[in-house]
Amino acid sequence: MIAPLPFDFANGTQPSLAGALGVGIAFGWCLERAGLGSAPKLMGQFTLRDMTVLKVMFSAIVTAMLGLFWLSWLGVVDLARVAVPPTFIGPQIAGGIVFGAGMALAGLCPGTSCVAAATGRLDGLTVAGGLFAGVLGAGLAVPTIARFYESGSRGTLAMPAALGVARGTVTFAVVAGALAAFALAGRIERAMAARAGAGRVRQ
Amino acid sequence: MSAPVVIPSEVEGSALTQQRPYADPYVAGVALGLVLLASFVIAGRGLGASGAFATAAATTVRSVAPDVASNNSFLATHLDAGGLLRDWLVVEILGVMIGGWCSAALAGRLGVKVERGPHAGVSPRLWAAGAGGAIMGAGAVLARGCTSGQALTGGALLSVGAWLFIAAAFGAAYVVAYVTRRSWT
Repeated sequence: MIAPLPFDFANGTQPSLAGALGVGIAFGWCLERAGLGSAPKLMGQFTLRDMTVLKVMFSAIVTAMLGLFWLSWLGVVDLARVAVPPTFIGPQIAGGIVFGAGMALAGLCPGTSCVAAATGRLDGLTVAGGLFAGVLGAGLAVPTIARFYESGSRGTLAMPAALGVARGTVTFAVVAGALAAFALAGRIERAMAARAGAGRVRQ
Repeated sequence: MSAPVVIPSEVEGSALTQQRPYADPYVAGVALGLVLLASFVIAGRGLGASGAFATAAATTVRSVAPDVASNNSFLATHLDAGGLLRDWLVVEILGVMIGGWCSAALAGRLGVKVERGPHAGVSPRLWAAGAGGAIMGAGAVLARGCTSGQALTGGALLSVGAWLFIAAAFGAAYVVAYVTRRSWT
């Protein structure tokens, strides 16, 4: 049998929704265990005190990327049938800037705000409320900004095709980049801890 | 003997309410990666979060003004599943809340509170949370996804747009966090 399994998730069939619930429960469990349902913990990434966000996200990306790479090489997964989010160059750069600015104000991202809300954090519940309003408002504005919204469309564009190199080469480069980022994250955490310690001694 | 006797339970909370430490970030990250991989294998798609909010928003617009929803390309695509509880991402996000609650309950981390930095009041924190959430929502609409649907999912699939999103979002977050650093440190 070649994965992905032939569930037609768009039609909301019961097996696919059971899969969605199971995947969601495991996803929420991982986020909470890592501490990412807590805004002060998450914000440590952006005040350089606690690099948990980078460590969790990059090791998750590398794990899933390598898993897919080997499962596809073994012929277990048909990569062509895995849905890749389409690329829109300008909107995704602009959207990323707006998203990142909002995330640093909110202290949480959409997924982690749901974990925070579910565990009783009222700030998480407020972020989720703001998200609903923001998605609703921006969604209603999409016809008005249609020219920009649809600009820079490249379809499903993966880095190997865009750069003209083998998938294995890009995969290796992402692993190397992740390992370098992990080493740098550890150095930054130790440097910031030493600085905080020195500040306490001066007081 | 004038030193006061410090009862640990009065300082740290009783054993029942004491919070267990978080998991090692690399262990949690590899586990999260295996969940993402399982999602690719089982459903042929990755994780998501902002898409569930989009479906909720589109469903709300349809119930108030059906014409507006069906004539809007963004809202219409989020109504395809034919109902909130038949939508893959909405059900997945309900799972996220259940999984997060179970994990926090077993670790003694449930609690109704407003989490904030040491120098932020409750009211400013909630205003920033609401405004930040709304701005983040607008960004997710433009980018066609968030840290789950773009960064994690698209990142693992080596999508060009996802990696542009990661760079832009982290860059902007560092700038805003530097400006507002007094409220978190």
